[in-house]
Amino acid sequence: MSESTTHEFGSNRVKRGLAEMLKGGVIMDVVTAEQARIAEDAGAVAVMALERVPADIRSQGGVARMSDPDLIEAIIAEVSIPVMAKARIGHFVEAQVLQALNVDYIDESEVLSPADYVNHIDKWDFTVPFVCGATNLGEALRRINEGAAMIRSKGEAGTGDVSEATKHIRKIKSEIAALSSMSKDELYVAAKELQAPYDLVVEVAETGKLPVVLFTAGGVATPADAAMMMQLGADGVFVGSGIFKSGNPEKRAAAVVKATTFYDDPSVIAEVSRGLGEAMVGINVADVPAPHRLAERGW
Amino acid sequence: MLALQGDFREHVAVLRSLGADVITVRCPEEVATISGLVIPGGESSVMDKLARSFGVADALKERIAGGLPVYGTCAGLIMLADRIVDGIRGQQSFGGLDVAVRRNAFGAQTESFEADLDVPVLGEPPMHAVFIRAPVVAELGAKATALATLEDGTVVAVEQGDLIGTSFHPEMTADYRFHQYFLDKVAARSSSL
Repeated sequence: MSESTTHEFGSNRVKRGLAEMLKGGVIMDVVTAEQARIAEDAGAVAVMALERVPADIRSQGGVARMSDPDLIEAIIAEVSIPVMAKARIGHFVEAQVLQALNVDYIDESEVLSPADYVNHIDKWDFTVPFVCGATNLGEALRRINEGAAMIRSKGEAGTGDVSEATKHIRKIKSEIAALSSMSKDELYVAAKELQAPYDLVVEVAETGKLPVVLFTAGGVATPADAAMMMQLGADGVFVGSGIFKSGNPEKRAAAVVKATTFYDDPSVIAEVSRGLGEAMVGINVADVPAPHRLAERGW
Repeated sequence: MLALQGDFREHVAVLRSLGADVITVRCPEEVATISGLVIPGGESSVMDKLARSFGVADALKERIAGGLPVYGTCAGLIMLADRIVDGIRGQQSFGGLDVAVRRNAFGAQTESFEADLDVPVLGEPPMHAVFIRAPVVAELGAKATALATLEDGTVVAVEQGDLIGTSFHPEMTADYRFHQYFLDKVAARSSSL
């Protein structure tokens, strides 16, 4: 189709649109083609292909980078749902490589070691859409201004502790609500304080929501965690280490998917939460020293 | 409105703006109360699994066989197809449309596109259609009619009685003629009963 002159590729609507189609779904971290197959069979709406899940990146330390192209291609070949992959913050060449590999979405992610401590990637340059992390509304709008077509609240990846995810989604939602109640002249100051472009601030104030889909991530480990994120207003959920670091990944993955759809029905959440085996052990975010907190990467 | 996964909120907003009385459907009891159904865009393999594990699939198959008007966009078209090409292992559909639909027929997300599309049944002007990892009708059965094709002849909108399917997403634009066309079918069927 690419030879046609009447077809427009990589438009904002097409990029943001794929995220719209993922809503109400669960995106799962996978490190092998076999895990990708398990995720797809369990009802994942997309998979995130990476070499090490955040829990291992955290425990092994060192510089974390884009995954081996062979691994990403093997995962793309294994499944038919969308495949996402992570590039380091600011590493536009890793992003170029991922686009050349035909991934469906790039995550410019704080889980990897940043490649640029000043600039994020100029995401308008790409045909492939980007998802970026945010801990608050200003950060989300700065990423959208750079071309992000989807936002995920950051949480604290690789901990199995959902408290940071809760904090970030609540923060973003409450800042949106605050904008909605402001008069027009107050929005100039709000834009200054959020350090976000005025036009985007006005758009959020008028519509009462981000102009792109908002998922949540970082520390989600149980069906109830996922349902809580949905009740707090997330459009969907990323589950990183929580599935394949648990006792029974197949069963837990399917349970998280069901709890995300029936997030407001406690009887379904109770039913799917039975007999899932051991959840990932996890670490309390409070025990992670500040320099090792991933959510503080990106600005 | 089938609300297991996908962009159902956008469809609900469109249908309400056209004056329809809309409920979201996630369980068999809700299926029993509706006089028409819209299946949104999303991930068809996920909708299939959720529909089957909560009993919605069987209830819907029965209603569709009984003549329930249904409109499916993108993943919704896949769910309405009698035959799926390139599905995941064991993937099923509700069926109803005598077509084979190829899942994700254009390739990776970088091949997703927007284009103007002639839809004779809706008249002028052409519809601005958004295709996102879209399916296409790979094989049109004798009972189904094509409503729109790309310039290379690929069928991207189809109709069979009170069932309609489109590869693209009218809910993402401001052109709601397909939704109105569907609501007219629902109204006609309800008044004939």
